[in-house]
Amino acid sequence: MIGIIDYGAGNLLSVKKAFDYLGVESKIIRSEEEFNTADRIVLPGVGAFGAAAGRLKESGFFRLIKEWLQSDRPFLGICLGMQLLFETSFESEGACGFGFFKGSCLRFNLGKVPQIGWNRINIKKDSNLLEGIPDDSFFYFLHGYYADPQEEDSIIAATHYGISYPSIMKRGNIYAVQFHPEKSGEAGLKLLENWGEKCSQ
Amino acid sequence: MLAIRIIPCLDVEDGRVVKGVRFKNIRDAGDPAQLAGLYNRQSADEIIFLDIGASYRSRDIMIEVVERVSKEVFIPLTVGGGIRSIYDIRRILNAGADKVSLCTAAINNSELIRDASEIFGSQCIVLSIDAKRTGSSWHAYINGGREDSGLDAVEWAKEGERLGAGEILLNSIDMDGTKKGYDLKLTKIISESVNIPVIASGGAGNLKQVMEAVTLGKAEAVLLASLLHYGEYTIEDIKRYLKEKGVCVR
Repeated sequence: MIGIIDYGAGNLLSVKKAFDYLGVESKIIRSEEEFNTADRIVLPGVGAFGAAAGRLKESGFFRLIKEWLQSDRPFLGICLGMQLLFETSFESEGACGFGFFKGSCLRFNLGKVPQIGWNRINIKKDSNLLEGIPDDSFFYFLHGYYADPQEEDSIIAATHYGISYPSIMKRGNIYAVQFHPEKSGEAGLKLLENWGEKCSQ
Repeated sequence: MLAIRIIPCLDVEDGRVVKGVRFKNIRDAGDPAQLAGLYNRQSADEIIFLDIGASYRSRDIMIEVVERVSKEVFIPLTVGGGIRSIYDIRRILNAGADKVSLCTAAINNSELIRDASEIFGSQCIVLSIDAKRTGSSWHAYINGGREDSGLDAVEWAKEGERLGAGEILLNSIDMDGTKKGYDLKLTKIISESVNIPVIASGGAGNLKQVMEAVTLGKAEAVLLASLLHYGEYTIEDIKRYLKEKGVCVR
């Protein structure tokens, strides 16, 4: 069962609806008991880094997810759910993410901020996540900050908006995407289907 | 590189699309969910539903429409028209909309933008400005373009950004329905005055004008209604044309 973490950061229903459309079973997770019934976790999220980290801590999910990541169990972070895998963000000084990836999140300083709209991914590494999705495919992005990893090894795809930044990352069974696959039409649905079928078993 | 977005707008009243929609290839041209599905297949980048019905009943039906569409259409959905409170916004977002657009209520109560962007995030708050030329500048109008708020449209756009709006939907009352092209001066001055994306609206009559909203008006997105609804062009036609002219589209 896929568990979608609800920590009051919105956008959950869209992810759930996309899995429903694909015929992939998923459930919104609101408590530790529910968390323990999931064998795969999706961490969605919009809003500010610090507020989200704070809410995850208050709701007790922060510790659970940290342990989950350390034990390399199937995980997908979406948008802010990707940025939270990093150590810190300039959006919220003093707030800590999971530190699964080394590095911080920086604010775009070219072009309009936030970036809103469809942008391409440039595939850097083969991944089951991208099976059937061609290089240069468009996905829907919505963010003012981007992840700046210290290690390049985990970058599956990059995107260009003033600078080049990672739009898909992966290490072990932990996947993260900066765009919203649940709002990216056919390509997004394909990616979610791939994750459900090929990346989280 | 970020693609220019093509956004169909559906005017909905009591759950039916109004403003003549002429399509031969769908069964019911008045059903917003069917039309949304069609535009999605034509590669629309987002869809905006505008509730033009004044009644609470119309709002309730809009909620049902959004619930239905968001189960089948996986691109961003925006809902506008008659949204007055945090309660209204929450209901619409919970139904499956990604953004709401605020016009009259934002002018009558500017704290609404600030409160809404703090609660739901700037990314889902679109400030809709109905602008009409008044002397050498433009004023923001309210109540469906019937009443001058007295606010300077450019200043209001800047203030809206400061309050937390994530995007501006800029509709030219002067050009709306004329098919003479977007108000390029207005679009450019607002786009260059703010650091958030601007969606140009009102006046598109042909493909060249759509392109000009982007190249001359500096808009990040274009809203289209009758140009699409009457079947003159499909979204694919528009994107093909823009691509040939060197504009980045999906």
